[in-house]
Amino acid sequence: MSEKRDMSRSRKLFITDKLMRLLLVGAASTSVLVVCLIFLFLFREAGPFALNPGLGKLLDSQWIPVSFQEEHFGVGPLLAGSALVTALAMLVTVPISVLVSIYIAEIAHPTEREFLKPFIEILASIPSVVLGFFGLLVVAPLIKTTFGLSTGLTALTGALLLSLMAIPTIISLSEDALVSVPYALKNASLALGASHLQTIFRVTLPAALPGIVAAVMLGIGRVIGETMAVLMVTGNSAILTASPLSSVRTMTATIAAEMGEVPFGSVHYQALFWIGIILLVITFFLNIIAQRVLKKYGMMK
Amino acid sequence: MVEQSLYPNYPKDLEMVITTNQVNFFYGLTQALFDISLLIPAKHVTALIGPSGCGKSTFLRCLNRMNDTIPHSRVEGEISINRKDIYAPGTDVVELRKEVGMVFQKSNPFPKSIFDNVAYGPRIHGEKNPKRLAEIVEQSLQQSAIWDEVKDRLHANAMGLSGGQQQRLCIARALAVGPKILLMDEPASALDPKSTTRIEDLIGELRTNYTIVIVTHNMQQAARVSDYTAFFYEGRLIECDATPKIFTNPRQKQTEDYITGRFG
Amino acid sequence: MNNTAEKLILFALRLITYAIVLVIGYILFDIIRNGAPALNWQFISGFPRRSGAAGGIFPAIVGTLSLVVGTIAVSLPLGIGGAIYLAEYAEQDKFNTLIRLAIVTLAGVPSIVFGLFGLGIFVLFCGFGPSILAGSLTLACMVLPTIIVASEESLRAVPKGFRDASLALGATKWEMIRTNILPYSMSGMITGSILGIGRAAGETAPILLTVAAFFLPRLPHSIFDQVMALPYHLYILATQHPEADRIRHMQYGTALVLLLLVLGLSLGAILIRTHFRKKFRW
Repeated sequence: MSEKRDMSRSRKLFITDKLMRLLLVGAASTSVLVVCLIFLFLFREAGPFALNPGLGKLLDSQWIPVSFQEEHFGVGPLLAGSALVTALAMLVTVPISVLVSIYIAEIAHPTEREFLKPFIEILASIPSVVLGFFGLLVVAPLIKTTFGLSTGLTALTGALLLSLMAIPTIISLSEDALVSVPYALKNASLALGASHLQTIFRVTLPAALPGIVAAVMLGIGRVIGETMAVLMVTGNSAILTASPLSSVRTMTATIAAEMGEVPFGSVHYQALFWIGIILLVITFFLNIIAQRVLKKYGMMK
Repeated sequence: MVEQSLYPNYPKDLEMVITTNQVNFFYGLTQALFDISLLIPAKHVTALIGPSGCGKSTFLRCLNRMNDTIPHSRVEGEISINRKDIYAPGTDVVELRKEVGMVFQKSNPFPKSIFDNVAYGPRIHGEKNPKRLAEIVEQSLQQSAIWDEVKDRLHANAMGLSGGQQQRLCIARALAVGPKILLMDEPASALDPKSTTRIEDLIGELRTNYTIVIVTHNMQQAARVSDYTAFFYEGRLIECDATPKIFTNPRQKQTEDYITGRFG
Repeated sequence: MNNTAEKLILFALRLITYAIVLVIGYILFDIIRNGAPALNWQFISGFPRRSGAAGGIFPAIVGTLSLVVGTIAVSLPLGIGGAIYLAEYAEQDKFNTLIRLAIVTLAGVPSIVFGLFGLGIFVLFCGFGPSILAGSLTLACMVLPTIIVASEESLRAVPKGFRDASLALGATKWEMIRTNILPYSMSGMITGSILGIGRAAGETAPILLTVAAFFLPRLPHSIFDQVMALPYHLYILATQHPEADRIRHMQYGTALVLLLLVLGLSLGAILIRTHFRKKFRW
């Protein structure tokens, strides 16, 4: 009797064990499924555009999606807008982030570090719409008066806000990279009579460089994909320009601003999905390259 | 039953509880054990000795199939416990591990109360009766000679015990499941001399009821606690014999070199 | 490099660091100083009037909270389950590589692309319409990688000895996980997850296309209802509202409530973690 009960119990355990394993495999597969679905559904919604009016339309030099004469769906100006804002943002972000991460990782007193790290983390958790709002009310007027412009809604304003968003990410990743440089290496340099700063700039920083490069690439990915802040402060005019002080429109802002007003399934709607695909592909490759760099130099956590 | 040619110094009526026949073990492509054929007698202490990396721990972990958890590992040959092949298809690993308890090198009590640590095994095997659980816990703690030290704080966290106490608690935890065989993987190597003595005394007491296989890198310890000793070297079983014989008059040159401290 | 130059460089590094700290401080200060006067019971618990130019933001708070709850309900089981698989079961095989690639990819997808995806699949294809359900599912997809990474880290922090001891006592793998891994790692998993979800609560782009209503001064009845949400409400008030220049206090108030909600979630998560860290030590 008791033997029998034991048998059924161990059978039950065995089945539960297999069942849980199956469930967990299922849960783990979700991320693969979601990635596949993202690609699938973006292409599904964007698809018909390729036949009519044809993908060549995306190469048009203008983005005028709503017009009484002829609509233009050239993503060039938007791509340029995103590139300009991103480049400006990285120009500000990279030196600041690297220097701050050096300070935090190598120079700051431990208790100082305990304060600095979470404080900078706060910046990462401020919603982008709040930052955009702050940009609109504080940064834009500042830019306007500083440069004597008619409007403060410029590529530079957007870039400054984006760099606020990218700074915590890049600081935290490059700090990881700096901290992971072996002590032996730093000590060897110090033992040779190099000063603290010489060691940092000639030994630690070069050793951590792949990690920092990967951090910057992930930062670029985040900046290109950021929507709300740029939507609120870049002025949103879809023109080709290289001037930081002119108003630009990025790919993300275009989707956010126009998607609410297009009829589902229209050519314009499909064009917006193509912009989404372009964004997805760019960030996908940035990510893959960053991971490759980390893996190659054995900096994968 | 005992092959006298291989084990000339074993008593003839010795009952062998674990028999292994030509066991090979692989970690991926690396072979860690080569043709291990060993008999382990019931209700005695068998020590496995040898230099680090000789395969003694790997072998030990084959006996309760703990190596199953290592990815890409593979066992060849036959390991039988009470004449049942434990690697036969359909073997219930849970039942096997109930039969064969294990104590690890580093004491690893769960961050639960002392009581819950010891009751863990019986509980997962379906014992719900609180009175019965309390009995099992007390009995196991007494058997492992720690009852008097902890009986007043059974519900305190086990992490608060000293290293030696933790290890005896882990022995109690293993005993609570009701095994016939106890595998010990260098159970005292992380302990101070005083705690080590207590563990060794405990092993001496447990040998009357349990078959014990102990891995140790400490030859004095093997000599003190074991009845039989098997010497492993580079994944092979070099020699197995009654402990006094191994330590006074080994048959193999390598064994002699090792126990006299010429290498290892 | 002589000593003076070295000191100068050290000083410059410190200056830059504290300049950033100052900027962060100023942002918080600006939002709090201008938002605090707007905060009162009427503002928190009232319904908006005149397209949000007056009244309160209660429906937007409820909307955002319901999205948070919905996102947790979907993403927590999936994310934690996936992390358990990766930490306890996965072998170094192709499947594992594929999952890790997917997680990294997912983590890099721009939030507006998640919005497009949610629009395509949940709103249109599944026919949920713009709704709490569609929005929660979209946000859940977005936070999945964060939850998996945080949970896996927490699982891996549990010493291997607990696993060995459990198995050696005859526990099956799942029993081992349930009785001796999850109890010690659960708090860490939940903390990490909430940190991710808190961030999602402040996101606008994904909900823009999948759930958010411009002006909807009532509470949702079911998960198939549209809702207002704090981030979107702030966006509308600040940029789309005809009286945008005259309702700064409403905007700042909304920004402050959103900020407090997001930071509050993070802070709560961190407090939970400290509490449990004291409980389990090894």
